[in-house]
Amino acid sequence: MTRDKRPAAFWFLALFFALFVLFLYGPMLVIVVLSFQGPEGGLTFPLRGVSLHWFYKLAEGLGVVDIGAALMRSLGLGLAVMALTVVFSVLAGLAFRKKLAGGNTLFLIVVASLIMPSIIVSLGIGLEFRLLDTGIKQALEFFGMADTLEGYGTALGLFTSALGAHLTWTLPFGLLIMFAIFNRFNPVYEEAARDLGATPWQGFRHVVLPLIAPSVVGIAMFGFTLSWDEIARTSQAIGDVNTLPLELQGLTSTVTTPSIYALGTVTTVVSLLVVGAAIGLAGWLGRRQKKGAR
Amino acid sequence: MSSSTSSSLPVVTQAPGRSLAAWWQALPLTAVFMLFFLVPLALILMVSFWDFNEYELLPGFTLKNYVSIFEGCGNTDEMCVTFKTYLSTFKFSALVWLITLVTGFAVSYFLAFHVRSPGVQTLLFVLCTIPFWTSNVIRMISWVPLLGRNGLVNQSLVGLGVVNQPVEWLLFSDFSVVLAFVHLYTMFMIVPIFNSMMRIDRSLIEAANDSGASGWQTLWNVIIPLCRTGIIIGSIFVITIVMGDFVTIGVMGGQQIASIGKIIQVQTSYLQFPLAAANAVILLVLVLMIIWALTRLVDIRKEL
Repeated sequence: MTRDKRPAAFWFLALFFALFVLFLYGPMLVIVVLSFQGPEGGLTFPLRGVSLHWFYKLAEGLGVVDIGAALMRSLGLGLAVMALTVVFSVLAGLAFRKKLAGGNTLFLIVVASLIMPSIIVSLGIGLEFRLLDTGIKQALEFFGMADTLEGYGTALGLFTSALGAHLTWTLPFGLLIMFAIFNRFNPVYEEAARDLGATPWQGFRHVVLPLIAPSVVGIAMFGFTLSWDEIARTSQAIGDVNTLPLELQGLTSTVTTPSIYALGTVTTVVSLLVVGAAIGLAGWLGRRQKKGAR
Repeated sequence: MSSSTSSSLPVVTQAPGRSLAAWWQALPLTAVFMLFFLVPLALILMVSFWDFNEYELLPGFTLKNYVSIFEGCGNTDEMCVTFKTYLSTFKFSALVWLITLVTGFAVSYFLAFHVRSPGVQTLLFVLCTIPFWTSNVIRMISWVPLLGRNGLVNQSLVGLGVVNQPVEWLLFSDFSVVLAFVHLYTMFMIVPIFNSMMRIDRSLIEAANDSGASGWQTLWNVIIPLCRTGIIIGSIFVITIVMGDFVTIGVMGGQQIASIGKIIQVQTSYLQFPLAAANAVILLVLVLMIIWALTRLVDIRKEL
């Protein structure tokens, strides 16, 4: 590479990069702009007036879909997935630092889950719970619990099958982040704590956790946003109710007003707020750590 | 566990206890993957040999599902539906793989080797990752106002007099499907390739320069071999995603284009689980074969 003058390749690649960024952002900006169409506006340009009309329409609901309820479901599921992803990944990350019999196999399974086509995982979980339903119904019949049998719907649900399906998607990311953290982690502090008589729990609580906290926030962010946008793994594993992305996918073929762009704008803002808050929090924790070190 | 303070031979005496503690810590994660990954996969294999009628699954062992999938595939005059579907799925995989690889490589190369300041590098990298955080469906439908019959592209083309009538193949076509895939998943190429590139010792490139290698020679003989891992990890991601996809192909293909994922989804919606399971098994075998072939070239665990 030359020192003072940029080679021609630089300008060519810089242009390519600029076009790529335009390609990434262009369409998104278009729908954000179009979601502020006036009441007369349609799905395409030109913009006919500027208003919040389609956001009000969205709040009233789109067709038969209760957007608010779907949003709350996605939010609840996302938070549950986030919490479990953080706890399970941190625990497993600690486990992998020690001698773990079968650790290689476990790691391979986790990676396999990450690259498994989602429709297959989803189908499998759906099947599992349907077979479970059949088993439960037979058991209820066998024990003569007719009333319970009558009322029994399905074990498929937001916090059973869908939660499990999401975890098979978020945990691999969580575990890989933990590996990245502990690859760079200096065990000297821990040893010092142990030498000073700290129990393993105290060592973790007061030494390890504060050190890895910024990255743990990253795991939480991955857990929430991956769940928030997930469709393929949820599709066969959700049962009767839908999450927001699934509703959205259904709406793409039926809704022909800019309300759907308004919904796009709203979900994008939620995602970016979560990511922004997480980055802010991680940065704050990192700075606090540095200050404490001084 | 609590013996860590007094023991004189910590490593040896602690080993069994620590290993046990490690397993308790790994247990929740292991349980999740047992319950929601391994058992479901086993059930798919099992149910793919079951029979079914309109109301229920009938346990047993039959090859009926597999036979019906490949029905008519021996016919040489016209290709059967299954082969056509796989051909179409392979076509999308190959196209998307090629485009995301070239794009991802060029973007990573620019960021890793041409942007000199680490601050700017991070900034530009983050700029690329932001759209990744928004919903996939939203990013798909954001192409509609651009590519539609009355979309921005067509308005411009007609306005400029390039064409007399709006171009129809822009949306709900193979083109829009590939475009959406590239839009959604180039990130999966950039991250691992950029990561490998950043680990390349810069003195190797200077050495190549000093030895009189041209830019292309350095690229081909030094940089590409050294970021092979990143390229393969990215390729595995993109290929497995496209092979199993039904959402992107559904939305961007206007529900008209067949894919194997879509077939599985439709069959489950008609409660034909054994058929869907048989299709899933075939898809799984194919994907595993592709991954196996790719991983022959690299040891992923070693590179982490």
